[in-house]
Amino acid sequence: MISSGRGLRALSLATIAMITLALALVFFYAPLDANQGFIQKIFYLHVPLAITALCGFVFGGLLAIGHLRSGDRKWDMRSYVAIHMALIFGVGGLITGSIWAKASWGHWWVWSDPTLVSFLIVMLLFATYQPLRFSIEDPERQARYASVFAIVAGAFVPLNFIAVRAAQGVVHPRVLTLTGSKLPGSMGLTFAISLLAIALLYVTLWRYEMAAKNARIQLRRLRRAALGEEAAPGVARSAAPS
Amino acid sequence: MSATLAVLRKDLRLELRTFETLPAMVLFSLSTFVIFHFALARTTISGQLAAGVLTVTLLFAALLGAGRLFVAEREQGGFDAFLLAPVDRNALLLAKATAMFVFLVVLEVIAVPAFGLLLLGPPLGPRLAGLVAVIALADVALSVIGTLVSAIAIHTRARDMISPIIGLPLLLPALIATARAAAPVLAHRSAASPPGKWLLILALYDVVFALLSYAVFDFLLED
Amino acid sequence: MDQPAIELRGLTRRFGERAALADVSVRLPVGATLAVLGRNGAGKSTLLRILATLLRPHSGRVSVLGQPLPRAAYAVRARVGLLAHEPLLYRDLSGRENLDYHARLHGVAPERVQRLLEAVGMGARADDPVRSLSRGLVQRLAVCRAVLHEPIVLLLDEPGANLDPQAAELIEPLVGGGNGRTCVLTSHDPSAAMERADLVLGLRDGRASFVLPPAEVTEPQLRKLYA
Repeated sequence: MISSGRGLRALSLATIAMITLALALVFFYAPLDANQGFIQKIFYLHVPLAITALCGFVFGGLLAIGHLRSGDRKWDMRSYVAIHMALIFGVGGLITGSIWAKASWGHWWVWSDPTLVSFLIVMLLFATYQPLRFSIEDPERQARYASVFAIVAGAFVPLNFIAVRAAQGVVHPRVLTLTGSKLPGSMGLTFAISLLAIALLYVTLWRYEMAAKNARIQLRRLRRAALGEEAAPGVARSAAPS
Repeated sequence: MSATLAVLRKDLRLELRTFETLPAMVLFSLSTFVIFHFALARTTISGQLAAGVLTVTLLFAALLGAGRLFVAEREQGGFDAFLLAPVDRNALLLAKATAMFVFLVVLEVIAVPAFGLLLLGPPLGPRLAGLVAVIALADVALSVIGTLVSAIAIHTRARDMISPIIGLPLLLPALIATARAAAPVLAHRSAASPPGKWLLILALYDVVFALLSYAVFDFLLED
Repeated sequence: MDQPAIELRGLTRRFGERAALADVSVRLPVGATLAVLGRNGAGKSTLLRILATLLRPHSGRVSVLGQPLPRAAYAVRARVGLLAHEPLLYRDLSGRENLDYHARLHGVAPERVQRLLEAVGMGARADDPVRSLSRGLVQRLAVCRAVLHEPIVLLLDEPGANLDPQAAELIEPLVGGGNGRTCVLTSHDPSAAMERADLVLGLRDGRASFVLPPAEVTEPQLRKLYA
């Protein structure tokens, strides 16, 4: 059900609506920061991207558990797309984070910030996901090993943040604490809507990519059944589940 | 347990017979110390810098060793031989991680005094106990992650590359903790014992990844 | 008593999108010998590896001595012995050390190792590293390894390979049929295999061409198998 196109239109409309609302709030409702000026508004893009990416990685790990427990390759497809998407969102998060760092502290990168550093380490780890998949030719083994990786790496995300935070002082503005948001009302609302919009975007893109992949797989299967093996030769080595 | 001992025995025996892994790790470490001496252009180093140099050297020596852990299994049918036996599959994980730990300890018996001699300056003496505690915990992390990553990499095509690129980010928290914990121990003046906070983080890391590896290892072996 | 030693029903094992084995069904009674014939790549080794619990079936049913695979793999392992293409021996250890290792893994008494080594005429060279032995001697060691734990079901992948007639004679009591031992063997030489077999399975591209007693296998059938 998840992998078909059902409900995709409604989801897309909801996402577009949310994004529009978020943009409107960012530009017209949220207050202008006294110190950083207009560029501060990239915060509404950066933090949701980063949070969504991290959640996406953990989500990918959970889906991988589903794969190993059930042996059904569908779960591996879901896990792959989740991690793949999270990587893209993560790169967006790193770039926007760098821009914001330049605006706030005058440097494109600061080592003293544990959140940024932890995030970089996580990205370095997950960047190896696709090379790992690509280097295993047997598709069954590829899926299984990728799932093992996704589980270990997914568990790594929270651990990493704890360790790095303990290592360094806190420079990154802590906007979300356990006791609730420290943002003033209007910023808080804008932030919440932005987060929701980015999260919805992630889910929509996740479902889109899965639907596209599944359509391709089904098409290939039908062609093989109807026209024989030659019509759709086996997929060459690839990192993606097929 | 007896299966674990059987595999461990076999691995230690193989290493004694062929000396394929340990000498390389030792030589690598010693060469690295010399390189650091020239790269840093100082007569002695201490504190955080010394801790960093020692940690990084041990890390790379460990990755070198880990890369060889499963080669004999892969190339000489050792996996099949093990999988045909009616034993718990995790015995292989335990045995290999223990073998790795033994290799690291032997390495450190040579490399840490060498480090003291070549780079540190004043003798380690009474601070040795603290350093040993830090290194022991670090060794557990290196052994567990080294075994896990090596087991993943052995079935891939670019196995010598996959191993380090996955292992390094995974080990970063443990390395941070090791370097931070060792820093006060290696200070020239007013050397202190390793801070409890870092030992705790290192121990936590060890426990979590040991459990995780135990949980997933079976899936790496089955086909 | 009527429980078959090996039962396969619709066994399928894929490799990517290709089928290494497709819909293979065989029933082998206890104490009988099954010969598996076919070209390279027909699926013979895959079949043996599935029976040895090294590979899982992707669909269909497999049971060995009444135990279903892969669920009861642990129990099956103790009663099945595999003689594979590779000897599964560490080249830098001696034959004795290798067999000691396997004995410990299988919980076999150490005395058995010595007895087996002598039975295959390896008493003198048991302490030389495997690296230094000829292929024939290595094959003898491999046979020892396969039967070390006295398996009830023997899986033999080209058992006669690399063996001179004298050695073949030495190992015959260990791997030959009889004594209620069930055997599955593959061979490139159809006539030799069929001589020992009670049942013949012909594989072509992963599919079962025929499952017949050797007397009923015709020339054209064999030819088609290797065409």
